[in-house]
Amino acid sequence: MTLDGQVPSGSIGDKWDRHKFEMKLVNPANKRKFTVIVVGTGLAGASAAASLGELGYQVLNFCIQDSPRRAHSIAAQGGINAAKNYQNDGDSIYRLFYDTVKGGDYRSREANVYRLAQLSVNIIDQCVAQGVPFAREYGGLLDNRSFGGAQVSRTFYARGQTGQQLLLGAYQSLMRQVHQRTVRLFTRREMLDLVLVDGKTRGIVCRNLMTGAIERHAADAVILATGGYGTLYYLSTNAVNSNVTASWRAHKRGALFANPCFTQIHPTCIPVTGEHQSKLTLMSESLRNDGRVWVPKKQGDKRPPEQIPEDERDYYLERKYPSFGNLVPRDVASRNAKQVCDDGRGVGDSGLAVYLDFRDAIQRLGVGTIEEKYGNLFHMYKKITDEDAYRVPMRIYPAIHYTMGGLWVDYNLMSNVPGLHVLGEANFSDHGANRLGASALMQGLADGYFVIPYTIGHYLAGAMLPKVTMDHDAFKESSDRVQRHINRLLSVKGARGVREIHRELGRIMWDHVGMSRSEQSLRRALSEIPKLRDEFWHNVSVPGSPDNLNQSLEYAGRVADYLEFAELLTLDALERRESCGGHFREESQTPDGEALRDDANYTYVAAWEFTGVGSAPIVHKEPLNFEEVHPTQRSYK
Amino acid sequence: MRLHLKIWRQAGPDAAGRLVDYVADRISPDMSFLEMLDVVNEALIRNGEDAIAFDSDCREGICGMCSLVVNGVPHGPDRGTTVCQLHMRRFKDGDTITVEPWRAKAFPVMKDLVVDRSAFDRIIAAGGYISVNVGGAPDGNAIPVPKEIADVAMDSAACIGCGACVAACKNASAHLFMSAKISQLALLPQGRAERYRRVLSMIDQADAEGFGSCSNEGECEAVCPKEIPISNIARMTREYVKALWAAGR
Repeated sequence: MTLDGQVPSGSIGDKWDRHKFEMKLVNPANKRKFTVIVVGTGLAGASAAASLGELGYQVLNFCIQDSPRRAHSIAAQGGINAAKNYQNDGDSIYRLFYDTVKGGDYRSREANVYRLAQLSVNIIDQCVAQGVPFAREYGGLLDNRSFGGAQVSRTFYARGQTGQQLLLGAYQSLMRQVHQRTVRLFTRREMLDLVLVDGKTRGIVCRNLMTGAIERHAADAVILATGGYGTLYYLSTNAVNSNVTASWRAHKRGALFANPCFTQIHPTCIPVTGEHQSKLTLMSESLRNDGRVWVPKKQGDKRPPEQIPEDERDYYLERKYPSFGNLVPRDVASRNAKQVCDDGRGVGDSGLAVYLDFRDAIQRLGVGTIEEKYGNLFHMYKKITDEDAYRVPMRIYPAIHYTMGGLWVDYNLMSNVPGLHVLGEANFSDHGANRLGASALMQGLADGYFVIPYTIGHYLAGAMLPKVTMDHDAFKESSDRVQRHINRLLSVKGARGVREIHRELGRIMWDHVGMSRSEQSLRRALSEIPKLRDEFWHNVSVPGSPDNLNQSLEYAGRVADYLEFAELLTLDALERRESCGGHFREESQTPDGEALRDDANYTYVAAWEFTGVGSAPIVHKEPLNFEEVHPTQRSYK
Repeated sequence: MRLHLKIWRQAGPDAAGRLVDYVADRISPDMSFLEMLDVVNEALIRNGEDAIAFDSDCREGICGMCSLVVNGVPHGPDRGTTVCQLHMRRFKDGDTITVEPWRAKAFPVMKDLVVDRSAFDRIIAAGGYISVNVGGAPDGNAIPVPKEIADVAMDSAACIGCGACVAACKNASAHLFMSAKISQLALLPQGRAERYRRVLSMIDQADAEGFGSCSNEGECEAVCPKEIPISNIARMTREYVKALWAAGR
């Protein structure tokens, strides 16, 4: 199979404009004759469903929650980037593009990233028009801040709730279309299979989570916007119901899974307190704008932070990276936190934490300013830890946060399976091996508001799509397969709960396929994962029945998929014998311990083809060409 | 910690429900309330019993999915806190804790502690938006918005749509929920064009859904995890009266 990214010709600045002109259009009167399924209602899903509804397509929109407004995009705190240059500090579309390609450690597709930077400016305008209450200056204009390693102030924000406000903007546009009957909403539905007819995507099979009914839905194209797979690691900053199931089931029907080993570990999370923990809470990295990260210089120094004098503190990010200091990218900040903790200088009871200290910022700016900027984050920290971060430094530790890998898509955001489009975190395309802060919201909304409305029309106008009804054999085969899988889960009747097995899977992944990976650790994970999968299918206990709300059954299905997917992620990590972005291979580092990329051998996208559970997948490589931003070793010194 | 729990179990929408006693043993004060329920459920599952159904997702107080009445109070005893952010250190060893679902005619119980809140979505669908299609938006800085106005709009926009306000209200009124959205959009210049249409449609929809009216008790504000003030309800009422005049109703 040859992987064609369908990147348009022409200069980088002209590609999207030219492509928009060259793509086929669907006549306005014909749009209502096409049905499009959108799975997911986060930023990408809700914005896509709303925009396609506005254009006049018949949209069926699915989510697992009780309301589209609950999708996990809502939890994004920090902000959204846009190349508006409102601050007159030298920002431009080209600079945002450049920063994103470099930040992604040269493993993303240049043309996609340039388009993302171009569209960023339209997103802000659209969201303001929807009534998103972005932070403002006294003069009434939009405020910006610098975020996550950027040297310009291009991040727009709504207190610490930017994701919430952007999602509610998209949700409201979506509900307007629901009211106008262009979008039909299906809440509490979980997609469990993709249906192909004559090689084209023609629908989905899902389970109604309230009644247990297996439902068939036919369409002319399907859009997956089902987010990332961070909960593979059990503990992550993701919502507890986030999962890989929709993507994985599509993968099993032929969609290639690209770069699954590119996982992002976020440096500023509240440390783990015990076995009972169900998720980790992120403290927005905007905190690193004013907080200073440090640990004691001495190993095993257990004095309370206020008793450690200034000259016995190691502000290690400021020391090692003087030009970026506390604002180094996420992967660098995370790895350094791990290093100082491995070195025996971690703080807190577990020794698996570093300080994030606001003392100096409070002295410089006053408590009032800090409270205005971060009040809700300090409040959240107090709720969870029972500590007052205005008085004692926060304790933070890295945790799995975002996954750059995802289903392979071309420039039109279509997978290798005709008609199956993938948006937002669920695809792989824009963030390379490492996502910069405030870029996820940008990508989700760019895909949904401004890319898919054009590219889906191009597909629909050009494809031969004879009418398919839900009694077609393909739908029957698919719903039978789904039903068999559910019956199988319920019939094991073993002794171990799903959560216990998921926790064990998470531990394998965190220990061996986490922040630092080696040939040895990855091979170990590859031997342990199939054993655990076997244990699951022989000894899992899934109580209850299939014909009503059964959260144990839902959870079992998701963990069963993770037990297959974990192997693919680990294999991808094993095959990529270089360090890049969030993927750090111990065998590939510079003498001073920084990540070392291997451009000669690994400047490609690894897109994996499913060949069966436990059977070796086939890798297809899409070479990456850097015509604009020439790869250099990242340096934040 | 060892706790005695009385938890509402109900097999389905049409089944009768009742409070069932459980013991939660070896509970750490660092656990969240939902993690405590996870522990209870793990023990039930090991015994092959049906787990207690309850909603949760982000577990960091922003998605609005969790919805438990703890000892008679929606989201439990801490102010400004969703139940997923309530920690067991708030309770004492040996305490008895009653856990029930939201109770309101417009929020029917689906199973155990899970309720159907789609009525809120239908209220938003009736008018809780600014009618702009993608594509034609002017520059984000074209219309300055005074910081004071933007800040108050953000205070209102912080609503997470959990429904605790309804669960706390003796009238099961959705006024705090609706007024938060109506305030946000009426305060911002972008939302002014359809402000009257919006308030009329949303209130009509809430009436149709079976939510009650407001009698100024303030229970909603007291339990709101985002501490949305009831001054929003006053603003909504003013909007409503003006809209009625404008519409000649």
